[in-house]
Amino acid sequence: MPGLEDLYREIILDHYRSPRNRGELETPPATRTEGFNPLCGDEIVVYLDVDASGTVGDIRIGGTGCSISQSSASMMSAAVKGKTLAEVRALTRAFKGMMSLHESSLDTDGESGEELDADGEPVEDVKLGDLGALRGVVKFPVRIKCATLAWNTLMQGVDEAAEAHPA
Amino acid sequence: MSTAEVTRTFDVAKVKADFPLLQRELKGGPIHYLDSAASSQKPQVVIDAMTTYYETINANVHRGVYEIAEAATNALEASRVRVGRFIGAPNPETEVIFSKNATESLNLVARSWGGANLGPGDAVLLTQLEHHANIVPWFQLQAEKGFEIRWIPLTADAQLDLTDIDRLLDGVKLLALTAMSNVTGTLTPVRELTEKAHAAGALVCLDACQYVPHLATDVVSLGVDFAAFSGHKMLGPTGIGVLWGREALLDAMPTFLGGGGMILNVTLDGFTPAAPPAKFEAGTPPVAEIIGLHAAVDYLDALGMDAVREHEVTITAYALRTLTERFGEALTIHGPAEPAARGGVLSLAMEGIHPHDLAQVLDEHAVCVRPGHHCAKPLMKVLGVGATARASFYVYNDTDDVDALADALGEAADFFSF
Ligand SMILES: Cc1ncc(COP(=O)(O)O)c(C=O)c1O
Repeated sequence: MPGLEDLYREIILDHYRSPRNRGELETPPATRTEGFNPLCGDEIVVYLDVDASGTVGDIRIGGTGCSISQSSASMMSAAVKGKTLAEVRALTRAFKGMMSLHESSLDTDGESGEELDADGEPVEDVKLGDLGALRGVVKFPVRIKCATLAWNTLMQGVDEAAEAHPA
Repeated sequence: MSTAEVTRTFDVAKVKADFPLLQRELKGGPIHYLDSAASSQKPQVVIDAMTTYYETINANVHRGVYEIAEAATNALEASRVRVGRFIGAPNPETEVIFSKNATESLNLVARSWGGANLGPGDAVLLTQLEHHANIVPWFQLQAEKGFEIRWIPLTADAQLDLTDIDRLLDGVKLLALTAMSNVTGTLTPVRELTEKAHAAGALVCLDACQYVPHLATDVVSLGVDFAAFSGHKMLGPTGIGVLWGREALLDAMPTFLGGGGMILNVTLDGFTPAAPPAKFEAGTPPVAEIIGLHAAVDYLDALGMDAVREHEVTITAYALRTLTERFGEALTIHGPAEPAARGGVLSLAMEGIHPHDLAQVLDEHAVCVRPGHHCAKPLMKVLGVGATARASFYVYNDTDDVDALADALGEAADFFSF
């Protein structure tokens, strides 16, 4: 039986207690997207500033949520800063793959499936780093939505930014 | 404190023994089921009544002439009368409509009565305590009919603020309100509001979903015009709900769903509706569930609804005292502080711990509470929270369950202590 320590790893609690990149960015130039978890009423706001070269210059997180959704958002914000939109997409795929969510929307959302292998897994070797601490969430299926909320919201922001900065 | 001291009127241990699910072990110990506001557990007699129906008289109702079809029809109609008596319906044979759940019952009132009676210039008055089931149907209808929706505000302890009630009621055609909040446990002054509403020329639709299972209900003395509730929150099965309405209103209302069972006649040119209740019961009804509800009502009546309420006040008072003494300021319990002003529903907010995390730790101790917005997002906004962790009590909960809750909350506080 999975225990609480599988879910609440120290690094998760650390990000929950001291969330990184909390706040807002001026829109425009930044985009602002909201995500809701209809089950629990949690709400996440992602501010994304993508520069002319298609790189994430800055990101800020707003909203409220549980330790899983907040720490996931915090780690995500740290991980995507300075990455290109393509890298952000690859990271998101890798993260959601870890959450074992093979959502077809992910394969088609503004991206061809060519970077996915036959199992729908990303071909690139993406390093998840600290984000790996969220792996235990899979053992608590109702919490998967908490962990992926920030990422789904981020993807909306990425799509908006991609329209504004066609590669 | 022993169970015997808490309940003077029925033996909770004996009641608990009637519920097979509560005999289960979970995480190496007894299960502490504190989510009856979402759905209650079922006593063996309810499960048996449904099984016996399937094993002995299973047949479609109202149309067969053979023996078991007649027996099934009789069992269905007997349940209607039994449920009607349970809520003091003056004419149970015609006024008790079986639906799928309280949600469908409220939609029926909105679509049928509201569709025929509401238009531009009219107003519907709701309260900020409402469940989405008594909000969304009115918004849906408003989009078509263009009437106004007003809200009775709340005081700081989540009771209805009636300061402005006369102005709010001015021009209102329907007051639709909950008798008891599923989030804060607040009991609303139904009788007083019904008098005021009637004086202002408005009808009253009561969401009695959290009331009928917990307090002796008499629709006549409450004075309301409609009352909606669900079987699954009152020891009965899922899939069966009730709408009670005044006979004259039901007679005058247009039909809701169309199909078999709700017609007097159908020709190539059109149809003539049946009289209530058949008029509002299109299609094959959930016969087993209706029979299960009968058994649930029998069970509750055998306990006595006054005893049910007394047990609830006692256990709620014990919980409020225990939790407040143990956690003080660190734990917020939304709603009225006085047990007599509320039902056995405690929405908890622990400082620094999100309700989802709280419920997760409680689950490790087989303490079943519900985190979330409890389908009352406007109320959550008024309370200034996104979610709460809700513990709710019913006839089978004892002080052990409350103590287990308190201990598990203590563990959560330790685990997340910053
Ligand atoms: C106050 C209140 N109204 C309505 C409902 C809707 O009940 P159901 O989902 O059984 O239709 C509920 C149940 O959650 C409730 O608590």
